[in-house]
Amino acid sequence: METTGKRKFNLREIREDFPALRQTVYGKNLIYFDNGATSQKPQYVIDAINKYYSKDNANIHRGVHHLSQKATNEYEASRKTIATYLNAKHTHEIIFTKGTTEGINLVAFSFGQLLQKGDEIIISAMEHHSNIVPWQMLCERVGCVLKVIPINKKGEIIYDEYLQLLNDKTKLVAVSHISNSLGTINPIKKMIDEAHKVGAKVLIDGAQSIQHTKIDVQALDCDFYVFSGHKVFGPTGIGVLYGKEAILNKMPPYQGGGDMILKVTFEKTTYNELPFKFEAGTPHIAGAICLGKAIEYLNQFNIEDLEKHELELADYATDLLLTFEGLHIIGESKKKTSVVSFIVDGAHPFDIGTLLDKQGVAVRTGHHCTQPVMDFYKIPGTVRASFAFYNTKEEIDYFIAALDKAITMLR
Amino acid sequence: MTLNEKQIELIDEFSIFDDWMDKYQYIIDLGNELTPFDEAKRTKDRIIEGCQSQVWLDASFDGNVMHFEADSDAIITKGIIAMLIRVLDNEKPEEIAKCDFHFINEIGLYEHLSPTRSNGLASMVKKMKMAALMAVGQKG
Repeated sequence: METTGKRKFNLREIREDFPALRQTVYGKNLIYFDNGATSQKPQYVIDAINKYYSKDNANIHRGVHHLSQKATNEYEASRKTIATYLNAKHTHEIIFTKGTTEGINLVAFSFGQLLQKGDEIIISAMEHHSNIVPWQMLCERVGCVLKVIPINKKGEIIYDEYLQLLNDKTKLVAVSHISNSLGTINPIKKMIDEAHKVGAKVLIDGAQSIQHTKIDVQALDCDFYVFSGHKVFGPTGIGVLYGKEAILNKMPPYQGGGDMILKVTFEKTTYNELPFKFEAGTPHIAGAICLGKAIEYLNQFNIEDLEKHELELADYATDLLLTFEGLHIIGESKKKTSVVSFIVDGAHPFDIGTLLDKQGVAVRTGHHCTQPVMDFYKIPGTVRASFAFYNTKEEIDYFIAALDKAITMLR
Repeated sequence: MTLNEKQIELIDEFSIFDDWMDKYQYIIDLGNELTPFDEAKRTKDRIIEGCQSQVWLDASFDGNVMHFEADSDAIITKGIIAMLIRVLDNEKPEEIAKCDFHFINEIGLYEHLSPTRSNGLASMVKKMKMAALMAVGQKG
């Protein structure tokens, strides 16, 4: 796909790229505002999946035959595409995983093997369960201590409290770049620099940022960056762990099996080098190849154009939502992505979500796997509309009318 | 009216709506009409937590028929509870234990009773059946 001259942002043409957007549900045009949960896929990616299974399917890395070589080339080319996109120093710093959750678990296990009792790990109060539970499990296993950076009512990290938590016992800071339930964009560059001053490593949960903004892992200087393919217009079941070479080399393997070994005897096994050391077993080959295609698709655009449109959508929706009496936006950080979470007095999020669904509008309701955030606001959950660059203001107008109808029915 | 006749009656009531929003308006109305749940009964052992909505259930057996009271924090969940109670309340435990809730599917509400929906309803139906089975056991 052409990436030198960037493709112009043309909303009508972009929507043509996404076949899933052209359908009706319950007899109404689908309005898909659940992009924070997963994104729709462009035809370019769907065609690549089809092509892989029709023409290129073979197991990779060890086959001597033509198809295996072809699949291997495509798989490794995808790794290169992703490395280039993230501006990783080395292609072998890109590890294919099942997704963000597996990436975090991999680090919690393997990096965790290097930790000792009393070492401290810092997370924030706005983390997804996936960036809480693996660390709790590590703490239980090794005896590390988990520290939590509190958030304020706007849904922002209290930065001074973060600085207070950092000390020479801090070994890792694991924070989301962007909160999935609040939309807050965290000041990760500053946070990374501060963590490095005390010798701590930093993992950035990029599940909600890779699809919205340009990521340069070298400029950020993060030690780990994890994301899921399906949130960035690629397939489900594939994701990426970026890690700095030196740290990944120090870490023991996560899982044992094929591909991650150099030599196996019953006495001793020698592990393969990066990135294969962390990719045991036959990987999700089609997924990995097509995640590369999703990145190629995204990379035809100036991501700033997409981001600008998404933020316009979020501002437009927020302004209209605030005209509802008794509606409260949850997550009011000055720096926010295109996620709008809200609650409505006298109407349960589940009821609102159900009535929006019946009018063709797909939103997320519930705690969004961030129960501590819901506990902090003392709410059972929120309704969350999350926008992608293929959404339109007309869709928001319809959503607002559908919401008005839902609230009228519920009150 | 038998348990099955009550199901057919509900299916008939819903058959007049061809619009989903009308169906849901009726469910909301049923939820609003549900006998208020005794506040004192909102105890931990009666709660069924779902990740979308929560349900409280109180089941009792008077030696002849089962009695159910239930509540939810979400009104649509509450409306479906009202339907389940209408079908199952005052029925013999043997009937409840073997009952197949076909009305839910026929009205088109199956998604709400799916265990993956996590609104507490699937667990509630299971608990209602369990209470009936235990009552059958009590009778010997």
